[in-house]
Amino acid sequence: MTRLALLLLLWATPLAAVEPGEMLSDPVLEERAQALDNALRCVQCQSESIASSNAEWSRDARLKVRELIVAGESDADIKAYFVDRFGEYVLMQPDAKGVNLILWIAAPAMLLAGIAIAATALRRRPLPDDGLSDAEKARIAEILEE
Amino acid sequence: MITELGHFALILALCVAAVQTVLPIWGAHKGWRGWMAMAEPAALAQFLLLLFSFFALMVAFIGSDFSLQIVWANSHTDKPMIYKISGVWGNHEGSMLLWVTILALFGALVAVFGTGLRDSLKARVLGVQGSLGVAFLAFLIFTSNPFLRLEIPPFNGQDLNPLLQDPGLAFHPPFLYIGYVGLSMSFSFAVAALIEGRVDAAWARWVRPWTLLAWLNLTIGIALGSWWAYYELGWGGFWFWDPVENASFMPWLISAALLHSAIVVEKRETLKSWTILLAILAFGFTLIGAFIVRSGILTSVHAFASDPERGQLLLYITGFFMGGALLLFALRATALESRSAFAFVSRESALVLNNILLAVAAFVVFIGTLWPLIAELAFDRRISVGPPFFDAAFSPFMVALAAILPIGAILPWKRAKLDRAMRPLWPILALAIAVAALVWAIQTERSALAPLCAALGTWLVLGAAVDLIQRTGRGVLADRLRRFVRLPRADLGKAIAHAGFGITIIGIGALIAWEVRDIRVAQVGDSWDVGAYTITLSDVRRFEGPNYISTMADIEISRGGRMLTTLSPEKRFYPVAGMPTTEAAIANGVFRDIYVVIGDPQPGGGWAVRAFVKPFANWIWAGAIVMGIGGLFSLFDRRLRIAAGARARATAVPAE
Repeated sequence: MTRLALLLLLWATPLAAVEPGEMLSDPVLEERAQALDNALRCVQCQSESIASSNAEWSRDARLKVRELIVAGESDADIKAYFVDRFGEYVLMQPDAKGVNLILWIAAPAMLLAGIAIAATALRRRPLPDDGLSDAEKARIAEILEE
Repeated sequence: MITELGHFALILALCVAAVQTVLPIWGAHKGWRGWMAMAEPAALAQFLLLLFSFFALMVAFIGSDFSLQIVWANSHTDKPMIYKISGVWGNHEGSMLLWVTILALFGALVAVFGTGLRDSLKARVLGVQGSLGVAFLAFLIFTSNPFLRLEIPPFNGQDLNPLLQDPGLAFHPPFLYIGYVGLSMSFSFAVAALIEGRVDAAWARWVRPWTLLAWLNLTIGIALGSWWAYYELGWGGFWFWDPVENASFMPWLISAALLHSAIVVEKRETLKSWTILLAILAFGFTLIGAFIVRSGILTSVHAFASDPERGQLLLYITGFFMGGALLLFALRATALESRSAFAFVSRESALVLNNILLAVAAFVVFIGTLWPLIAELAFDRRISVGPPFFDAAFSPFMVALAAILPIGAILPWKRAKLDRAMRPLWPILALAIAVAALVWAIQTERSALAPLCAALGTWLVLGAAVDLIQRTGRGVLADRLRRFVRLPRADLGKAIAHAGFGITIIGIGALIAWEVRDIRVAQVGDSWDVGAYTITLSDVRRFEGPNYISTMADIEISRGGRMLTTLSPEKRFYPVAGMPTTEAAIANGVFRDIYVVIGDPQPGGGWAVRAFVKPFANWIWAGAIVMGIGGLFSLFDRRLRIAAGARARATAVPAE
């Protein structure tokens, strides 16, 4: 499950507001930059990443991301750079730390609870015996199939 | 004058709704037939009054009567007629009027077509529906009155938000509202059943068509919105996990669960209290959605101009109806006895698992949407929850759902043998895995997503086909064909809707994994390659539309030297609203869309051009339409047809 979740993490939706003039000439670095664009929020917009926002602030943020990449910073360093300045609000995906763990664990916990409740409810209600012998059941199955 | 009549009709509708609430419920309590009988004429009168009121507002929009405040704020004389009409619901006040009108429409439909309903149940259902009318009409009249006048009418209006001036979005809200408000009918049936303390197969047979109708309209409404985002926002995203999108997605998930659990109540008379709870929650999510969209508590791209006072009132309304219904549920649910039991391996168990997965998926969306609010209020942390969270936390449940679906769909009721049920499914499971391997082998990217989605999609579509083939029984082809034609429409609908789900999954996987994108500065005359296609920017010109100025490019698309088409993307500027919009140009195809966007002129000359090859994009919405068609088939099943209650009771219910 963890592996699957990790694979699914890679679906990050691609970009769009990035202007040709902002892009890095190295496609590998630009790919990294666009992934970071999707992970950072435009702090003056309404629920948009800097990848999709046309705001001036987002443009500056995209340029800063590329500047830091060219300077050799790692993805984690670049995110930390933004978090230091704008708070964790700037991350599109909250870290699974502290109270945010609740956010990540809530749904799997609910799934387990749901299955557990359903299973116990099922066990508590045994199937009434319909009083048929195996031969009779087989005959019924035959009739039903026809 | 007609505006004042519309205003008056609106106020009168509130009075009628109050009558519709009090008399039938009290009459049903006391067993007074005359009082109960008031429900039908009241429901009809409320609907006719609101319909008149709605048309009065539409007349004001069509005639550009700028003495009305909302017409002035949302319309303009130069606006094309279709958007003058859609402008009626392109704003908070008008859309609330549409909301209450549809609410009353559903009440009127039950009054007219509910001939087979027990009198007391019908009176209570209409009474509860009336109480929703009272709450929302009061909200409309006292906080968001669409008929307010301006003392000095201006010469012209401020125009509708240009992003909304689009055919896809013009019809997106009516579908969504029929969906949202349709769930009020399931809610009213659930509350009425709790008041009566009686839930049986006939009740489920009544609730299912309303839920189906709501779900089917939600499906179409959400698909229209997503399609609009795809071609209008300029980069071909189809889902953003925006709070407002989530507000429509949660009721969709819960109503999908409700559709399935209502089948269990109908066929097996079990899972009753769970089904009632889902019916309450489905409408609860609609109310929460209305609160999210209209209070502005969560900032979103498409929230209506929001107002804290309105938000507070909506919160009270949500609290009142949810609190009341859940309290009633807590008091009465234990009285609902289950008539049958089932084994671990059975269709019932599979549907329970379906319900758990859908409910948990809705919960993921719910907690993800509200977490920023909770974290700030309770823990003083300002955080964002964006698409990466939802992609990671939501998708596994959909994958699990798709994986178990074909097996569950084919299991017999009550008790089943897994090995026996799997027998016809092994070949298609092998085929699905082979498809995944093939996709993995031919793709150049090493993404696990595309093979996974291709396998799930194949599994679902072929699984639906196997389900149908199994239903035709054995024997020679002619016999089986004859039986196929006579299959209940609900069975066809089920298979079609499940196949549609598979088609959507294939589309999402292929689009995300294989999209090719290219962003560059191009001079007029330049050619370049994007994927297998060659793109030429042949011309850029300017022209004036009815209420906008456009920069339009001509972009030629060719493949292997063969000319395919010329696309004309535009960048428009709407001077009245002072807003630019991008109009992407798309060459649609079954296996790929070519999507081009013209950007701004560049300082050094030339234009920013974005070009995308989007594989299987249309499958996403095609799948949604197929799901909707499946819903329609089920809706017209003889057993569920809206007036079926009377006939179903006259003839014995056929054994399944």
